[in-house]
Amino acid sequence: MQVSITVNGEQRTDEVEPRLLLAHYLREVRGLKATNIGCDSTSCGACTVIVDGLSVKSCTVLAVQSDGAQVTTLEGLAGPDGELHPMQAAFRAEHGLQCGFCTPGMVMAAIGVLADNPDPTDREVREGLEGNLCRCTGYHNIVRAVRTAAQAGPAAGQVPQAQEVEA
Amino acid sequence: MSILGTRVVRTEDPLFLTRGATYTDDLVDDRLTGALHATFVRSQVAHGRLLSVDTSAALEAPGVVAVVTAADLSDLVPLPPPFPFINQEMTRPWLASDRVRFVGDPIAVVLTEERYQGEDAAELVAVDIDPLPAVVSTADAARDEVLLFPEAGTNVMASFGEPAPADFFDGCEVVVTQALVNQRVAPVPLESRAAAASWGADGRVTVWCTNQGAQQARGQLGDWLKMDPDLIHLITPDVGGGFGAKIGADPEYAFVAWLAKHVGRPVRWAESRSENLVGMLHGRGQDQVVTIGGRRDGTVEAYSLVFDQDCGAYPRIGAVLPTLTMLMAPGVYGFPKVHSQGRALATTTTSIGAYRGAGRPEATAAVERAIDLFAAEIGMDPADVRRKNLLPAFHEPHTTPMGATYDNGDYTVALDKALDAAGYADLRAEQARRREAGDARQLGIGLSVYVEITGADNGAGTKEAAELEVHPDGTATVLTGTSPHGQGHATAWAMIASDQLGIPVEKITVVHGDTDRVPEGGGTMGSRSLQQGGAAVHQAAGELIELARRRAAEKLEANPEDLVVDLGMAGLAVRGTPGVGVTFAELAADDRLLVNTVFNANAPTFPFGAHVAVVELDVESGKAQVVRMVTVDDAGTIVNPLLAEGQRHGGIAQGVAQALLEEVLYDEDGNPTTSTLADYPFISATELPSFELVEMSTPTPMNPLGAKGIGEAGTIGSTPAVQNAVIDAAAHLGVRHVDMPATPMRVWRAIRQAGHNASQEGN
Repeated sequence: MQVSITVNGEQRTDEVEPRLLLAHYLREVRGLKATNIGCDSTSCGACTVIVDGLSVKSCTVLAVQSDGAQVTTLEGLAGPDGELHPMQAAFRAEHGLQCGFCTPGMVMAAIGVLADNPDPTDREVREGLEGNLCRCTGYHNIVRAVRTAAQAGPAAGQVPQAQEVEA
Repeated sequence: MSILGTRVVRTEDPLFLTRGATYTDDLVDDRLTGALHATFVRSQVAHGRLLSVDTSAALEAPGVVAVVTAADLSDLVPLPPPFPFINQEMTRPWLASDRVRFVGDPIAVVLTEERYQGEDAAELVAVDIDPLPAVVSTADAARDEVLLFPEAGTNVMASFGEPAPADFFDGCEVVVTQALVNQRVAPVPLESRAAAASWGADGRVTVWCTNQGAQQARGQLGDWLKMDPDLIHLITPDVGGGFGAKIGADPEYAFVAWLAKHVGRPVRWAESRSENLVGMLHGRGQDQVVTIGGRRDGTVEAYSLVFDQDCGAYPRIGAVLPTLTMLMAPGVYGFPKVHSQGRALATTTTSIGAYRGAGRPEATAAVERAIDLFAAEIGMDPADVRRKNLLPAFHEPHTTPMGATYDNGDYTVALDKALDAAGYADLRAEQARRREAGDARQLGIGLSVYVEITGADNGAGTKEAAELEVHPDGTATVLTGTSPHGQGHATAWAMIASDQLGIPVEKITVVHGDTDRVPEGGGTMGSRSLQQGGAAVHQAAGELIELARRRAAEKLEANPEDLVVDLGMAGLAVRGTPGVGVTFAELAADDRLLVNTVFNANAPTFPFGAHVAVVELDVESGKAQVVRMVTVDDAGTIVNPLLAEGQRHGGIAQGVAQALLEEVLYDEDGNPTTSTLADYPFISATELPSFELVEMSTPTPMNPLGAKGIGEAGTIGSTPAVQNAVIDAAAHLGVRHVDMPATPMRVWRAIRQAGHNASQEGN
């Protein structure tokens, strides 16, 4: 089947198998390997991307369901001059990543958390990220990173394509 | 001011946060053009005779290039046990030929043009198995009624130690004994296993795989494939977590290399999570009996730990874990008499390997539980019992009754710091208030004091190599045999070099995980990296300065003794003559400025600490929530507090996970019931508090950095602290012990049983 999907601002039309997962479409068809796949049961959230303003686990969406959609992955966050998105900067400053495997999904999910609640408490961050698993950090510095990013203002809860992000 | 000890943010992160790391399954490499995808067909039966494997339908499926079974492996010999003390009949076939021994045992491999085609075709391989009884528990295994390896004559892989003498506890006023389960858990690095292989026209094979030490993995591939290791170029791409489960190579990695040769095309393999949860090594898995005896004043006089280690179907690192548990059995205590004995047993389950702590958490969990049981029996505060029995502070090496030689330690201070930071007296007062009021949410306070062994000889000695080169453009390269997979070595090793050379951290590149560039190395495991690999970089920087000094003396026509390092100019200056000197970069322009060195620590180190866990327990539902974790983790000198804290955080979380939630389960037929992340209760952010870390630093004399290991300490300390806290929360209801994981059902039952026992006694 033919799908036309805009990823990080770039629209393309591709021929795909109907069963192709969005996660595999991003990785294999579009060559965007930051989005990782950590499970096969929609449990870990490593594959989280933003689709039409919603943070979504891309292993649970078919590419064909995303026809016509706007998708943002980790690769689409930094500015053209390399300036880090406030969430990326906060993850670095607070040491919110170690092995990095959960990070792309965690960063996208965290943006979704702030889109929904621009100034969350620790507990609200934890509840917002319940569907994203990390084995390295014990979540401590991830929570701090999200709180730090929140201080940067509304941009921390938005993706660069200026689409409205909802949780 | 030295850069060491400061919070330098990671040099790895900009790439990880903008493009993502490059894990094995992300590789785009010319050598992998046209690679086939390997999909394993694994046994769905725990134990049985393999009658037939019919590949005919699979061979007809779209995209299938080959289906490989045991019949195709005439040039491969079964994998021998990894240690000489294991029953040598317990060999592992590459693919099952006549018997399967666990759900997940590989039977066939399908090679396809595309990834999805492999899953389709694998389902078409028809496997006929005549089931045999499963052996799921160590108790079943020890009966030797059903044998995994009939030719071995037993399920015992190895035995360690002797029974305690009959009079071991004679003279003790109080003796308490308790069976404990240190349950099987799954390491679950977020990146599952993956490998890729490509043969060159020169007869060499390049293997990419996710692991914790390229050099060790290459050695294993050479051994297993009967190949000269020089013909194997092993590359470790970025690694998405290991936690011990990626130590060395897995047989699948070697098999991918063999498959690539077999079909004459590159092959890649990346397992799914459900494959990972049965195929990757599990951790822990000990059934223990502790006995502790002593006086009613709180003095412990004798302690015994006897246990069976579940090793799963085939011997891996699990079979050697009993030696570490026995070595660390007495922990931080000065018990006059200590006994330990362990057995390694085969069961029809996934093999057991190392998992964050690997043998030491099991020792700490046992002794910390024993101390609490003893305290409850004599009616003393568990903090007081600990204080009474802790080894006094020591600054010279101390050898324990089990033969471990601890470098230095002050356990009482660690405990006091943790108790002070937690506000122990106030917590006990609040606990008393809630008990008095009969609150539904009771408070539990759990303690643990631990010591562990880090940088132990893992077979490659206690040494690590480093190469350091300064380039004419003022940059530098460090080559290390350690193998970071989240720890931040690229940043920390650069800091260590920068500290002595004055070259900025961002100009220093750290290279690892490529056996052509770094042929020797011990990898990253057992919390060894900083104290050996980091110390090697430190040593290399010192040697590089000496080399530069000789060359600069010639160049400047100065006396070498008059040349001093000028960190500001990243070079050497003539003492007392400001502005006269030469940079390392200028010297490198004359001739390569490069040193190779090996640092040998000669001995391991023994980090220690104390944890206080506070839980709120809903006594009506049995659900416990950790509300505070206060920890002292003394790892000697800290190079980068940001990284050390990160190690502590992750370690603490994995301990809480084992204490409260996580357990790999099998039904009585040996079927895993936790083989997806929907079933395996991997700890999430909502189940943890933010942690309260307390600083303490006792530098070790074993390396010039003064550093001890920090990777595993958090897990070792937190696991028993949380378990003890849950039990403490229900202690006033008569509960003395609850096994891990302390799930609501298990706690609720323990409370009910305690109430039942009390009413029986009342009658």
